[in-house]
Amino acid sequence: MSFSRACLVALLLAFSFALSCATARAESLDEALAHFTADDFSETIAGIEAVAASGSPRAEIIIRALQDGRLMFSAERKAVYIKDDADKLTDAATGQPIIDPPADVDMVRLNNRLRGAIDAAIGALTLLSSDPTKRYEAAQAVFKSREAVARPALEAAIAKEQDPRIKRVMIEARAAIILYSDDASDADKLAAVDVIRQRGDQDALGVLSGLPAGTSAAVMKAAAVAIAAIRNRLVLWDAVQNAWYGISLGSVLLLAAIGLAITFGVMGVINMAHGEMVMIGAYVTFVVQELIRNYDPGLFDYSLAIAIPLAFVFSGIVGIFIERCIIRFLYGRPLETLLATWGLSLILQQAVRSAFGPNNREVGNPSWMSGAFDLGGITITYNRMWIIFFSLAVFIALLALLRYTRFGLEMRAVTQNRPMAASMGIRTSRVDALTFGLGSGIAGIAGVALSQIDNVSPNLGQGYIIDSFMVVVFGGVGNLWGTLVGAFTLGIANKFLEPYAGAVLGKIAILVLIILFIQKRPRGMFALKGRAVEA
Amino acid sequence: MTSHFLIRSLDRGAIAFMAVIAALAVIIPALNLAVPESSALHLPTYLVALFGKYACYALLALSIDLIWGYCGILSLGHGAFFALGGYAMGMYLMRQIGTRGVYADPTLPDFMVFLNWKELPIYWYGFQFFPYAALMIFLVPGALAFVFGWFAFRSRVTGVYLSIITQALTYALMLGFFRNNFGFGGNNGLTDFKEILGFNVQAETTRGALFSISCIMLILCFLLCRAVIASKFGKVLIAIRDAEARTRFLGYRVESYKLFVFTLSACMAGLAGALYVPQVGIINPGEFAPANSIEAVIWVAVGGRGTLIGAALGAVVVNYAKTFFTSGPLAPYWLFLLGSLFVAVTLLLPRGIVGTLRHWTALRRDRESAAAEDGVTASPPEPLPAE
Repeated sequence: MSFSRACLVALLLAFSFALSCATARAESLDEALAHFTADDFSETIAGIEAVAASGSPRAEIIIRALQDGRLMFSAERKAVYIKDDADKLTDAATGQPIIDPPADVDMVRLNNRLRGAIDAAIGALTLLSSDPTKRYEAAQAVFKSREAVARPALEAAIAKEQDPRIKRVMIEARAAIILYSDDASDADKLAAVDVIRQRGDQDALGVLSGLPAGTSAAVMKAAAVAIAAIRNRLVLWDAVQNAWYGISLGSVLLLAAIGLAITFGVMGVINMAHGEMVMIGAYVTFVVQELIRNYDPGLFDYSLAIAIPLAFVFSGIVGIFIERCIIRFLYGRPLETLLATWGLSLILQQAVRSAFGPNNREVGNPSWMSGAFDLGGITITYNRMWIIFFSLAVFIALLALLRYTRFGLEMRAVTQNRPMAASMGIRTSRVDALTFGLGSGIAGIAGVALSQIDNVSPNLGQGYIIDSFMVVVFGGVGNLWGTLVGAFTLGIANKFLEPYAGAVLGKIAILVLIILFIQKRPRGMFALKGRAVEA
Repeated sequence: MTSHFLIRSLDRGAIAFMAVIAALAVIIPALNLAVPESSALHLPTYLVALFGKYACYALLALSIDLIWGYCGILSLGHGAFFALGGYAMGMYLMRQIGTRGVYADPTLPDFMVFLNWKELPIYWYGFQFFPYAALMIFLVPGALAFVFGWFAFRSRVTGVYLSIITQALTYALMLGFFRNNFGFGGNNGLTDFKEILGFNVQAETTRGALFSISCIMLILCFLLCRAVIASKFGKVLIAIRDAEARTRFLGYRVESYKLFVFTLSACMAGLAGALYVPQVGIINPGEFAPANSIEAVIWVAVGGRGTLIGAALGAVVVNYAKTFFTSGPLAPYWLFLLGSLFVAVTLLLPRGIVGTLRHWTALRRDRESAAAEDGVTASPPEPLPAE
C-alpha cells in the first residue's frame, strides 16, 4: 500500500519534472536571478518567469519582495538582494544576511505589464499551497490571467489536487492557457472550449470571446457556439438573480409593512410614526450590541436573539403609550390622526438624534449572518437569506396569533363590529391599545432585522414609510395576505425594472403604476367587501 | 355677477385682512427703501426677502385651505405644484442669465454646459419669453393636477388614500428632479439668477417690488377663493366635504367639482412657487420633499382650516417660529416644537387659531342675543368641518 503510494508520488513528480523540462524553462535559481540585474523590463519579465519555473522554495518570497518593491540588485556585483522591514539586505537566493552591503543597491523597477506577470507568477506559486482557499484563489487568478508561465505549476497542482471543486477550476485554468497558446493542437483546443463552456460564467465568456487571431476556424466556430450557450445560461441566471434580489427586497418591505398592516389595515389608524417604531427597534439592537461589546463580547452571536424580544417590548410599549395619549382621541378622524402621528414622528426622530447623535451608528452582523455562498450562477448573502426566513416567520406567527389566540379573536371581533364586540363583554379600548402595541412591536422587530442591512440613523424609518404604505394600499387594507403578496410583488417588480430603467426611474415607474393601479382597484388587490368598505 | 359675489362675501374680517396685507405691501418696501439706513426704523433687505417668502407660503396655505377646508381633500403633495411653479419661473430666470454664466454660453444654462449637453432640450424652448413662462407657471401645475385628479377622483380615491398617493406623487417627482438627465439641474437645482424682466434680482428695489407683488397676489387669490366659496359652486363643495355620498346621490357630479377646485388650487400653489423662487434665489428638488408638503398642511391646521384668513395667518406664524428657532441656539428643539404643534393642534385646537376665535365670538353673540330676546332659540354655532 505505502509502496504503491510512494510509486505514484514518484511517478507524478517525474511527470511534472518532465513537463517542466519540456517547456524548457527550468533554469537554476541563480541563473534566474541574474535576469534582475539587467535593469530592463523585458529581462525582469524573463526573470519572473524563470524564478517561478525554478521550483525553488525561495521563489514565492522573491516574487513577493519584487511585488512590494523590496527586491534590490547591485549591477556591480551582479547580485540580487531582498530588503527587509528594517532596511537590512539579505541574499535573495539563500536568505543569508549580507554583512558588507554593496554601494550601488537599486530597486528592481516595475511597470504595469510586470505587475500582471507578478500576479500570474504568484498565482502559479500558490497553486501548491496547503491552504485550500489560497489554492482556489490562485487557480481563479491563473484562469483570468492565462499566463503560459503558470502551466507547469498548474499541471503539477492538477495532478496533486484532491478537492474536486478546486481541481475543476484548475482544469478550467489549464483550458484557458491552452486556448491562448500557439502550439496546442486543435483537438486540445476544442476540448478546452468544452471545459470552459461548462464553467459558463462571465469570465468564461471573456476567455472565449477574446481568442487570439491565429486560432483555427473549427475552434472559432466551437467557441461561437459555446458563447451563445453561455449567454443563454447567463440570461437565465440573471433572471434568477433579479428574482432573488426582488424576494429579498420584498421581505424587507414585508417586515416594514406588516406592522402597518395591523395598525392601518386592521384598525384603520394612519400611523405616520410607524417608520420611527422601526427605527427604535434598530436602536435597541445598537444598544444591546454596545452592552455586549462592553461587558461580554462572547455573547455577540446571540445579540440579535436578545434584541428581538427587547425591541418588540420596547416599541410595543411606546406604541401603547402613543395610543393611550394621542390616537384614542382621534378615532374616526383619519386625516387628523395622520397629522398628529407625523408630528410624533418628528419628535421621535429628534429625540433619537439628541440621544444618539445624528450620524449612522455601527451595528454589526453576528458571524452566522455574515458572508455569502454561491448557488449556481448567483451569490447569496447570509444576512439577506436570514431576513427572508425571518420575515416569513414573523408573518406566520402573526397569522397564527390572529387566528388561534384569544387576543386575536377579540381583535377580529372589534374590527368587524365594535358595538357588538363591546356588548359581548370585550373591553374594546384595551383591545385597541394592545393591537396598536402589537403593530408597533412588530415594527420594532423589523427594525432589528433592518439594522443588519441598512444604516442605523435617525432617518432610518423615513425611508420605509412611503414604501410601506404603498405595500399596504396595493395589497388591500385589512388583509395580511394582501400585504404579503403586495410586498413581494412590489419587491420583484422593482428589481426587474431596475436593469432597464435604473434604480430611481424604476422606483418612479413603480409609484406611477401603483397610482394607476389604485384607479382600477381603489381598495387594493385583496379588498374587503360588503359593509366593512364604507366603515 | 362676480362682483356681486365679492361684495356679498366680504365680511369685516376679510376686509380687515386685505387692508392689513395691502398696508404691508406698501409699508415694508417703504421702510427698506425710503428710510435711511441709519434710522432705527430702517428694515434690512434680508427681512424684506424673508417677509416675501412668508407671503408666498401664505399663498400656498391659502391654496391648501381651499381644497382641504372647503372640499375635504387633504393633499400631502401640494409642495409638488409649488415646486413646479417655482421651476417654471426658475427656467425663465436661467434663460435670462445668458452670457453672464460661468461658461458664458448664450443659450445653454451652466449646468447643461457642465454636463456636456450640446443643445437645449425641447421643453426648455420658449422660457426666455416672460409671457410664455408666466403661462407655464399656471399651466404645468394645473395640467398635472388635472390629469392626476381626473384619474383619482373619477375612480373615487378619497380620504387617506388620496393623501397617501399625493404624497407618493411628490416623492416620485422629487426622485426624478434629483436626476441630472432630467434636465433641471439635478441636485443643485436652478440658481445664480441675474435679472427678472430686466431688473437685477438682487437689487433692493426689485426685492421690494417682488414683496409687494406677492402681497397683491395674496389679496387677489384670497378674493378669488372667497368668490368661489360664496358661489353656489362653493356650497356644493362644502356639501361634498360634509357628506360626499349624499351629494352624489342628490345628482351632483362630485368628481367634476373636486377636479375643478383641485386644479384651481394647484395653479395657485404654482403661482406661490413662482413668486418664491426669485425672492429666495434658488429652486432645487428638496422643495418636492414630502415633509415640506405636510408642513404646509400644518400651517393651515394651526391657523384654522376652512377660514382662508387662518391659513395665511398660520403660514406666517409657524414660519416665523421656524425662523426664530432655527436661527438661534434653540435650533435642536425646533423639530420637537414642530412635532408638538402637529399633535397639540389636532388634539387641543382642532379649529385652529382663527376658527377658535370665530367659534368663541359666535358663542358669545348667541348668548347675548339669547339674553336680549329671552325665549327666542339661538341658532347653534357653526359645527366643526367634518373630514
